[in-house]
Amino acid sequence: MSAVSAGALPLDVARLRGDFPVLGQRINGQPLAYLDNGASSQRPRAVIDAERRYAEEMHANVHRGVHTLSQRATDAFEAARERVRRFLNARSSREIVFTRGTTEAINLVAQSFVRPRVGPGDEILITWLEHHANIVPWQMACEATGAVLTVAPIDRRGELDLDAFRSLLSPRTRLVAAAHVSNALGTVLPVAEIVTAAHAQGVPVLLDGAQAVPHFKVDVEALDCDFYAFSGHKLYGPDGIGVLYGRESLLAAMPPWQGGGDMILSVSFAGTTYNRLPFKFEAGTPHISGAIGLAAAIDYVDGVGLDRIAAWERELLQYATERLERIDGLKIIGTARHKASLVSFVVDGVHPHDLGTILDQAGIAIRTGHHCAMPVMEFFGVPATARASFALYNTRAEVDRLAAAVAAARAMFR
Amino acid sequence: MDLKDLYRDVILDHNRRPRNFGRLEPPARAAPGYNPLCGDQLVVYATLDGDRIGELRFEGSGCAISVASASLMTEAVKGKSRAEAEHLFGLVHALLTDADAATPPELGKLAALGGVREFPARVKCASLCWHTLNAALAGDPTPVSTE
Ligand SMILES: Cc1ncc(COP(=O)(O)O)c(C=O)c1O
Repeated sequence: MSAVSAGALPLDVARLRGDFPVLGQRINGQPLAYLDNGASSQRPRAVIDAERRYAEEMHANVHRGVHTLSQRATDAFEAARERVRRFLNARSSREIVFTRGTTEAINLVAQSFVRPRVGPGDEILITWLEHHANIVPWQMACEATGAVLTVAPIDRRGELDLDAFRSLLSPRTRLVAAAHVSNALGTVLPVAEIVTAAHAQGVPVLLDGAQAVPHFKVDVEALDCDFYAFSGHKLYGPDGIGVLYGRESLLAAMPPWQGGGDMILSVSFAGTTYNRLPFKFEAGTPHISGAIGLAAAIDYVDGVGLDRIAAWERELLQYATERLERIDGLKIIGTARHKASLVSFVVDGVHPHDLGTILDQAGIAIRTGHHCAMPVMEFFGVPATARASFALYNTRAEVDRLAAAVAAARAMFR
Repeated sequence: MDLKDLYRDVILDHNRRPRNFGRLEPPARAAPGYNPLCGDQLVVYATLDGDRIGELRFEGSGCAISVASASLMTEAVKGKSRAEAEHLFGLVHALLTDADAATPPELGKLAALGGVREFPARVKCASLCWHTLNAALAGDPTPVSTE
């Protein structure tokens, strides 16, 4: 079987694995098979080196010193912002705000964009597929303002019901917030249709891209979304760093959400002038080494090629789906026609938590639980699932080990 | 670490066929327990006969360790006084967490949980039902959570 798309050379996975120091180890006596990339993916040496080089050669605070190190750190930090801009194809680096991660990016929008402009009876529209990070900040904003959270339903495959979504868009809708890819099921949402429908009614759209950017090319200009959020640690980068892309006209009109250093131009007790974009939203010393590491991760991913990564992951997804489906008593949860490379499943008679322990003994790391998407679990009537999520460095042999270990667990619990 | 030590036959058996599974109607006491990390959910029901635990049941869903532990617990503490139940919980807690803990004969079948301490991520699965039993006996209606 060859699922490699035309023109894309297949990945040399064996060689690429050598770029990831963590993958070389044994866990419980077995070679590590890391299949929990949806939670956090591993870092290549290039990212680790970039962070180390920063610490060894240029650490200083940014935007505030005339000395050489501060200049180096500032240059590297701002170069990282520019790298992110290019990665997302944003128009301007003023539209790139560094945050701690997806969660903080969404909270920023909830605080600075939504709260000041919604009132009782206004609506925020999300989908049933959201991670708690794209639910709870809106619930909090609703609680504070009297706005109402509306939720577009999904079907048994785990696909968004687009017609229902469109009918839920109302004259009171102030924002649509949707996942680009569902972390619990892998569903790729029809974001182009979502944005078109929302914009037709003048409603801005935030996309939660945490599970999208590691798997395929994202172009915010082509998507025409108003906000886009993602995390470094799911993109082979450091933890503690993430990005909010925001359309410049919207960011410019938003008040800052945290006050402090770096986000001001001048402070006096008579009043304070806020800094320009994007610094207005980056109060305090940022995660400088994180941003630099993230830029290195983007360089790495672009160097390998997102098209080739996507092609390889598609092959892995197809293979894993086939292998797992063959296991008696196993049911895949989330069978959308368009999925990113993850498989969520339950096994008759074996609780996902037990499966997680049994697989760990075989050196296989998967995620088990509700995946911070309890409404999705409730929809499918399961308390939890097991989830194998793939990255560019995973192999068919690892899928074979996964399938064998799941089958063995099933036999043990019979 | 050996999986067979965690999933001993007694555990697998009590997971497959949990004992005292079901509910008790009021005036029996009830308390819910929840492990948000893995979604384990159970309710423990108990009747008190003076200071003695009369009927004891549980229902819910969870991993094999949590279901077997609850099942074993109901068998072990039925008919015991509250103080005796407390004492047993102390022994189970030591068994789950303390590598040097002895396995006194009064643990009986509960000793089958001895493999859990090699799997620190699973200790809460085994102890949830005991905390929930305590809440039920105390008449505390707030849900017990492992987190
Ligand atoms: C779809 C989705 N949104 C948001 C988040 C939250 O990301 P972070 O914890 O990095 O802020 C995650 C991570 O689990 C996710 O998968």
